[in-house]
Amino acid sequence: MSGPTPAPIQPAEPPPPPEVPGAAETTLSLEPPPAAEPTPEPAEPAAPTVHLRISRLRTGDRKPHFDEFECTPEPGATVLDVLIEIRRHRDPSLVIRHSCMHASCGTCGVRINGREALACDTKVAGLTAPTIDVEPLANQRPVADLATDMVDFYARLEAVGFPLVRSAEVAAGAEPPEGVKAYTRFENCIECGLCLSACPVSRTDRSYLGPAALAAAARVADEPRGQPLGPILALAAEPDSVWRCRDAMQCTAVCPSAVDPARALLGLRRRVAFGRVRSLLGRG
Amino acid sequence: MTEGERALTEGRDKDAPLDRMSPGARADFGEAAGSAPRNPPHVLIIGGGGTGAAVAHDLVLRGLRVTLVERGEVTSGTTGRHHGLLHSGARYAMTDRASAVECIGENKILRRIAPGSFEENDGLFVALTDEDAALEPQFLEGCWQCAVPTRRIDRAHALRLEPGLNPDLRLAVQVPDATMDAMRMPLRFFATARRNGAEIRTFTEVTGVTMAGRSVRGVTVRDHAAGRDYEIGADIVINAAGPWAGKVAALADVTVPVAPTAGVMVAVRGRHCNMVINRLHAPGDGDIALPQRGLTVLGTSSWPVDDPDDPGVPAAHVETVVRETSNLLPAIRGAEIRASWSATRPLIGESGTQSGRGMAREFRCFDHTLDASPTEGFVTIAGGKATTLRAMAEVTANVVCGKLGVDRPCETSDVTLLPHSAWYAR
Ligand SMILES: Cc1cc2nc3c(=O)[nH]c(=O)nc-3n(C[C@H](O)[C@H](O)[C@H](O)COP(=O)(O)OP(=O)(O)OC[C@H]3O[C@@H](n4cnc5c(N)ncnc54)[C@H](O)[C@@H]3O)c2cc1C
Ligand code: SF4
Ligand code: FES
Repeated sequence: MSGPTPAPIQPAEPPPPPEVPGAAETTLSLEPPPAAEPTPEPAEPAAPTVHLRISRLRTGDRKPHFDEFECTPEPGATVLDVLIEIRRHRDPSLVIRHSCMHASCGTCGVRINGREALACDTKVAGLTAPTIDVEPLANQRPVADLATDMVDFYARLEAVGFPLVRSAEVAAGAEPPEGVKAYTRFENCIECGLCLSACPVSRTDRSYLGPAALAAAARVADEPRGQPLGPILALAAEPDSVWRCRDAMQCTAVCPSAVDPARALLGLRRRVAFGRVRSLLGRG
Repeated sequence: MTEGERALTEGRDKDAPLDRMSPGARADFGEAAGSAPRNPPHVLIIGGGGTGAAVAHDLVLRGLRVTLVERGEVTSGTTGRHHGLLHSGARYAMTDRASAVECIGENKILRRIAPGSFEENDGLFVALTDEDAALEPQFLEGCWQCAVPTRRIDRAHALRLEPGLNPDLRLAVQVPDATMDAMRMPLRFFATARRNGAEIRTFTEVTGVTMAGRSVRGVTVRDHAAGRDYEIGADIVINAAGPWAGKVAALADVTVPVAPTAGVMVAVRGRHCNMVINRLHAPGDGDIALPQRGLTVLGTSSWPVDDPDDPGVPAAHVETVVRETSNLLPAIRGAEIRASWSATRPLIGESGTQSGRGMAREFRCFDHTLDASPTEGFVTIAGGKATTLRAMAEVTANVVCGKLGVDRPCETSDVTLLPHSAWYAR
């Protein structure tokens, strides 16, 4: 972008140090907890300037184009921090999706220098290329700029008729407390769509169910917890399902949440193949 | 006419029925008590956090026409990035009983209407020192007064439940805390509200409030995705802009006492506990660690900010939060930090005076007709917590329905919400 050199995107003045907890906030006679000792900031080398190219698209535009920005992020800043600062100080029309800021909600998926990643989970300092290209996820309908519509992704996840990524799984743990039957936890998959964007088969074959949905189906097959297995296996056996996978392993490479869709898919394929052999032998 | 004004008129969505909705429609609805209004009034909600979502859900159930505008993606403000604790109320039992009572009531309702949005493993308040342990009677009494269920757990038992706890602990108290999915839980309110007819427009920022004298008639918005400005008319405008409520109110020349108060959270890799681990002491910095998926999320701190958009993530706060929570769960000290971030609370109080910890976590709904210099057709809902979003919506919808003469009771405690994935259904 032409024009004057933009100012650093972080405010120069840091916020005040934390207050002493407990001070002036309660009538309890508590011994004041130790004051937060502000640790001396290590002398940071001058923050390097980074060059960003952000893919831009207004609703209704035919083709996206790149806008270029220079900025000087704080040490430790993520790509999402930089995008938010650009929207705030340079270009309020920048459309981005984000929510949790800690790799848990799955809304901030983008392609950074061609690679799928969560913007909130990617430190600028860790990127070595001289220019950072940020583009929306592939294999999804664009909304505007970096935002894509997740409708198709979720349609795949519900192809069996119920949400495949269930709310919770039984977590390994110690003795649960009285009143709690077993410790539970949310599933790993955060429904970010990075795997679908990275999958080379999905790129050419729109009807392929894709890694996230099949990995979720595999989770249900492994741990049905009362869910019907029939529709899962029928879905897996369909032509647009496990047999389309070409083992490119890109899904597992980009998954930010340890789902390992490639391995789950392999397991599901074995299950389907085993089912076929059984029915051929007349034991189905 | 300036460039901006022309764009505003040209871009205006003249055919959209919403925009033609005139405040005069008020006379036509809701005559029969308890019946759905035939030509319902139009309510516009500013802010797509949990509060706005719950207000939209409540109002469509009462038969009103609802449009919600959010400047970014839904839950991109404070909701979505908060700590993720479904409060039992125990945290406030010694200092802020009204909040504690609200929390336990809503905790039970949310588990019922949003099953699956929580890791329901309960929580522990852990006394690490003799001073902490000395608070036990007062803590239990406070919980009892607020009807927060408790169970006293001795040291050995606590270590069996949570082997990662600091072995020096004195005692623990079990309470019905839970981990909530900070984005997906409110998404269910959005999904259900939209299914029932609410219109939710994302990437749509309110840039002005249109007034006739001291009556609010609607808002002007900028649709960032399409790059156009237009106007939306409404019978009532609800300001549910969380920590931005003061900024939004200023567009209508109204003052609300919202004090944006930021806090830092840290997510470390690994589940270092299954229950929510709180320190048994007066609420302070870094005294809660909760598990979520494969992470443990630590928090928080508290300091007043002028600008909710720019709190920053002070390194000293990250250190404090990690140090304090690793007193509870020692393994946290060596765990890899996956993310540190901050969020801004919309606390009720004057800006910039206290740390924010002393301010009540209660919420308030302001009918600005009652202000010293009254403004018609404008209501603000602020304060509270993610845990109390439904109750905040109920109070707000009661105020709005009262103003519009709609006589329909609140139904939200009994309506099971659609799954979050319904938000992405075509
Ligand atoms: C550090 C921290 C930790 C917390 N932890 C917890 C917890 O563990 N449990 C709990 O129950 N609560 C917690 N809370 C409190 C809770 O997060 C908030 O009370 C709640 O999320 C507020 O929701 P809201 O909808 O009122 O505000 P928000 O979620 O901020 O929603 C307001 C929305 O308005 C939008 N907006 C602003 N201006 C405009 C405009 N001009 N036009 C259109 N839209 C606009 C914003 O983008 C934003 O999305 C925590 C808060 C903080 C700060
Ligand atoms: S499997 Fe991994 S990459 Fe795919 S949607 Fe789930 S979390 Fe994202
Ligand atoms: S903002 Fe939630 S995953 Fe990045």
